This record gives sequence, structure tokens and C-alpha cells, in this order.
Amino acid sequence: MDLNFTPEEEAFRQEVRAFLKDKLSEALATKVRNGRDLDKADLEHWHATLNSQGWLAPGWPVEHGGTTWDSVHMHIFEEECARANAPRTVPFGLGMLGPVLIKFGTEEQKATILPRILSGEDWWCQGYSEPGAGSDLASLKTRAIRDGDDYIINGQKTWTTLGQFANKIFCLVRTSTEGKRQEGISFILVDLDTPGIEMRPIKLIEGGFEVNEVFFTDVRVPASNLVGEENMGWTIAKYLLGHERTNIAGVGASSEALSQLKALARKVKRKGKPLAQDPIFAAKVAEVEIDLEAMRMTNLRMLSGVADAQGSVSSMLKIKGTVIRQAINDLSRRALGALAAPFPSEDVIGNYAIAPTEAASNAANYFNNRKLSIFGGSNEIQRNIIAKETFGA
Amino acid sequence: MDFTPTEDRRMIGESLRRYLAEQYPIEHRNKVAYDGDFHDPAKWSELAELGILGALVTEADGGFGGAGFDITTVFEEMGRAICPEPMLGNLMALRLYAAHGEAGRIEAIVAGTQKAAFAFDESEAFGDLDEIAVTADGETLTGRKTVVYGGNSADFILVAARSAGGSLGLYEVAAGDAEVLPYAMIDGAGAAEVILDKTKARCLADDARAPIEAALDAGRVALCAEAVGAMDVLKAMTKDYLMQRQQFGRPIALFQALQHRLVDFSIEIEQARSITIHAAAKLDSDDTRARALATAQAKNLIGRAGKLVAEEAVQMHGGIGMTWEYAGSHYAKRLIMIDHQLGDTEDQLRTAMSLSDISEPA
Repeated sequence: MDLNFTPEEEAFRQEVRAFLKDKLSEALATKVRNGRDLDKADLEHWHATLNSQGWLAPGWPVEHGGTTWDSVHMHIFEEECARANAPRTVPFGLGMLGPVLIKFGTEEQKATILPRILSGEDWWCQGYSEPGAGSDLASLKTRAIRDGDDYIINGQKTWTTLGQFANKIFCLVRTSTEGKRQEGISFILVDLDTPGIEMRPIKLIEGGFEVNEVFFTDVRVPASNLVGEENMGWTIAKYLLGHERTNIAGVGASSEALSQLKALARKVKRKGKPLAQDPIFAAKVAEVEIDLEAMRMTNLRMLSGVADAQGSVSSMLKIKGTVIRQAINDLSRRALGALAAPFPSEDVIGNYAIAPTEAASNAANYFNNRKLSIFGGSNEIQRNIIAKETFGA
Repeated sequence: MDFTPTEDRRMIGESLRRYLAEQYPIEHRNKVAYDGDFHDPAKWSELAELGILGALVTEADGGFGGAGFDITTVFEEMGRAICPEPMLGNLMALRLYAAHGEAGRIEAIVAGTQKAAFAFDESEAFGDLDEIAVTADGETLTGRKTVVYGGNSADFILVAARSAGGSLGLYEVAAGDAEVLPYAMIDGAGAAEVILDKTKARCLADDARAPIEAALDAGRVALCAEAVGAMDVLKAMTKDYLMQRQQFGRPIALFQALQHRLVDFSIEIEQARSITIHAAAKLDSDDTRARALATAQAKNLIGRAGKLVAEEAVQMHGGIGMTWEYAGSHYAKRLIMIDHQLGDTEDQLRTAMSLSDISEPA
């Protein structure tokens, strides 16, 4: 039992830290730290910065532009990025489609698509959920019917994150209504410029726009855009669920959010004293800090392969990680007291210079992050996964 | 980073698990835990022969372990068997003897020929070292210590007492010289009231605050590991029960409401295991603040997780979980009562708050 990182790992941490210090602008880091929305240019800039270092898709094999990092290196990288308030990379091309193509794609698909993900020429978004297919994803109805060398797609996708910035979408579509539902699903790539596609923004609870509905009306897509065989989309979807698990708990991001919360609590006053000195509030902070400390160790145990004996650990981390993050967001909102109310908060607080300006987005972030326990397989679905493994039924 | 136990620890853990599984079935455990000496003196000797007590002491001090992970290895197994042997009291006594160079006592305890306990709580000072009222006067002690774990079976009792100069001293009393009132605890195993009235005492140190805090932290980490062991067993029992118990024509394990509750407490058990590993690693640290913070964090989480697991396990077992005959009820009881030892959830939270960087200036 040795909980220390190796000297090589510590050196790697310093290398990442130096890179971030050098390449991450204070303006961008501040935007991230304060929970402000990032625009397309911010994200493209950060992707390009990482790409020039060769660190944009660390989980990919080296021959496709990835790295040789093991899971501990990945963890250190993610931890340092979170600590420095670097933007999180957009996962749809890097963490989802990329690994899928590397595993299931043709040589031609790999050769043409992967480099364009790294270069930023293509921005991919995800077409999985439908109005009638959320947790029960296999009930999806968007149809793709073979017509010569093409498929013709009709249907509707929803919750498509950052679709407004994308030029491409990967979709799960129904190619068969025979047999088991899971066996009639295919994974297909679609150019968003194709006639018949309409993307409509969905305004979220806090007033922001990050997800969209996508409507497909007689959209004609070359059959060569299929990934894997026809009707093996479910296998691909399941593969994706098990991929890129190292950051599922979001330990780095939650640690940074906790630091912000403590700084805020030291700054704002209640009853003439810093909120940090209020025993009731400080107790709540201390409790979530304890949970986070435990989760940090659970995460490291998973990375080291020890906890993986019970393979449901990633589902546990998803549940606990989201609950902890939401608890931090909750306290960060409450720390603002009456000042959590102004809307749109950044404009009002900025224009009227109401301190603490850096926390202006706390209420919006609280509302927005209620999504954490819903997306990526809701926490109830994660519990089902663990239960299935526990009871073998 | 490496989370696998060393070969030595794996072996001691396995041999202890095997021994307790064979020698301490629940029927025997329940028989000895509430009666007679509230433990089994013959088994204590055998545990010493197995080297379990030596595992709690460093090589330099006369054992062959003594690190945080040695302690957690032993106590996790004690928890799996909810073994009522006075391991906690002897652990803390061993740490204190070691801190004061008492090689002779350590040798006797490690060999199993003598037992010791550590008396710190008083009825108006639970773990409040500043409030201790037992006072030293010359070579005697006067006052009363309460719920001294293993005090019923100890040959020597180490007493935290106010020294003449006002500092917190450490004294040794021979059990025969004090009035020792033994009793069982609600979750089994023995404790004692120790009444001191100008009782002859040997001073180990006038000011032993630092070693006392270190010994208490070692005890807390041990309790965390014991709880993890007990939680693992109780989870397995609950899972088996849900799969075997039929209602409405099917195993109740098929009901999602119950599945999710078992999952939720399973998550907390993993969290408890993680924070215990963290605290065990810090127990050996020279940074006493980091040690105290990690210990308090661990025992706070253990208190919360233990209560959740205990209450949910009883609830999910239904009526059977309420019976003395069913082993699970004793595990649940132990988990609840661990929170009453060496500072409860709120005590630990207060400690964690006082050591947190939230209280640093803005």
C-alpha cells in the first residue's frame, strides 16, 4: 500500500502545470473559474492549444494522434486542468466518436475523420436521446431506411449538447423493427448541412442554451457513413458507455469548485462575520469536503485497478460524483444569500458592480448542474446497473 | 500509487480471518460477549500467539508492524467477526507504552500474558482532553473514569489525568489497586468504570498530550477499519436475504425500491473504505494536523455510513432483522455503537472544521 505518486508521475504533473501556466490565458481561466458560458471561439482556441501540444486526445492511440498515458497520467492531467480552470474539452468527437471509430470504424473512416476532429475542422454532436427514448434508449424510433447506396432518415433527436456549434452529428437510428429492439439499431454519421435537418435550441432552466432538438425529414445519407455493421449500433453504444471512465467522478472539478466555495465563504459576511465562521454553514462545507476526500480515494482505487473487481465502481463514482458536485453548487448558491437573485446575473451584477462579481453565476450554475444526475445515464439507471451486477438479475 | 496490501499484511489478514471464522462463530461470540469476562481469555492468548498484537507495534518498539495499514488490517477482520476481544483498549495502551519506552509492558502484552486499557473518558468529558477532572497528587490519582474499553479485563490501566502543573499527564494504575466495576456493552464486549481514590499510580509523563492524541487517533482509525469490515459482512447478509426472501411470489431482491437502497449503502461502504485508507496512510505522518484532520474526516464519514448501513440493513430484513438470534442485528448494533466510541460524527465534524482551511483568513 503506497498512496504516493511515483517521481515520474510527479514530474509529469509539473510538466502539465508548466504547460497550463504558459498556455492558458488568465482571461479564459477566469471565465471558467467564475462559471461563465464559454463561446465557440473559446473552446476552439483551447482545443487548438492542446492539439499543438499533442494533448487534445490523450486517450487515443499514438498512431492516431493520442498519447501513451496510463489512467494515472490521465487522472493527473485532468486534475491539473481542473485546478488551473482550463476549459473542459468537448467530449463528442474526442471522447465518444473517436474511440468508436478507432474500435469499429473502417480504415478510411479513421483516416478521414479522426484528423479533422483533432484539427477542429469538424465539430461533432450526439444524436442519441429522443423525446420518447431517454433512460430507455433502446426504444428509439428515428428510422433509417436503406435506399440504394443511401439511407433515408426520418425522426427526431433531442438533448443534443452544443449542436449549435456543430457541423456533424453521430446518431443511433432504427434500421430494423424485427426481433429484439436492441438488435435493430445502427450507428451512423450525418453531415448537418444535409437538406432536411433542422436544429432548434432548447432554453434551459437557468436561461442558457446548450442543448438542442434535431429534426430529420427525408435526410439522405450515404450508406458508407455507417459505423460498424448495420444493426450493431447497440454494441457500439454500450462500448461508449464503458469508455473514458477516468474522469467520471469529476474529482478535479469538484475540488476546484470547493476551493471557490471556501474562498467565497471567507469573503461574504453574515451577522457581521465571515460566513466561513458560521458553524452551521461551515459544518455543511466540512461534510461535503469529507465526502469529496473519500471519493478522491475511491477514484484513485479505481484507477489503480483495485476497486475494479466490482466493475460497477464507475457507476458508483458517477452517482457520488454528481451528488457531491451538486451539493457544492447548492452551498455556493446559498453563500450568496439575497444576491443569488439578480437575473441575468452576470449582466446585472456586472453592470451595477455588485460584489462578489466572481460568484455571479453561482445560482445559474446550481440550476444548470441539476443536469449532472440526469444525463449520461441518470443516477437511477446507474443504480440499476449496480443492482444488476450485485444481484446478477 | 499502489493499493494492494503487502504480502505480510495480506497473510496476517488472512490468518486472522480464518482463525476468527473457525473460532469465533456468532453463537460463541454472543455467548462470551455478554457474560463472564465479556471476552474469551483462551482466545485472547491464541490471538497473541498468532501475532495479532505484535502487528500493532513497530519493530523498533518490540512488534513487527505498527503502521496505519497494519492496524486497519487487524481491525477490519475484527469487524468482520464483530469480535469482542479487547483489541481497542490494548491497541491504545500499546501505542502509549511505546511512546514512553515501556519495552517490558509491550513485550508482555504482545505475548498475551498481560492486558492493558486506556482510561480517558469521564462522564463530563467525552474525549475533551481539556476537561479531564481526574487529578494526580504526588504518586496517587483521584477521580473517576467511565466506559474504559477492556478495563474489565486489564491488568494495568493507563489513565489520562491532570498533572500537578496542570498539563495532561499519563499514569499507570494496577487494576488491583483501583475500584474497577466491570460490565458488558450493549453491542457486546466489556468495559469498566474505574474509580480512583488516592490510588497508587506510576507517572509515565507529566505532559503526554501529544502521545495521547496520537493513541486516540490510532484507536479512531482502528474503529473505522472495524466498521468497514462489519459493513462488508452486513451488506453481504442483506444481499443474500433479499435474494432468498420471497414475498408477492418472488424474491424481494427484484423490487427496485430495495435494489436502489442496497446500492446507496454500498456506495457509502466504498466511500468509507476509501476514507479509512486515507486516514491509515496519514496515521504515520509527522504532520499531526494532517493526521488529525484525516482521522476526523474518516470517523465522521464512518459514523454516517455506519448508521445508514445499520438502519437500512435492519429495515430491509424486516422483522428478522429485529431479532437477537439473527447475526445481522448484532452487526447493526456494533456499527451504531462505534459512533459512540472516541468521538461521534458531530465531534469529528467539529474537529474537521477546526482543522479545515476554510477557517483561514480571506
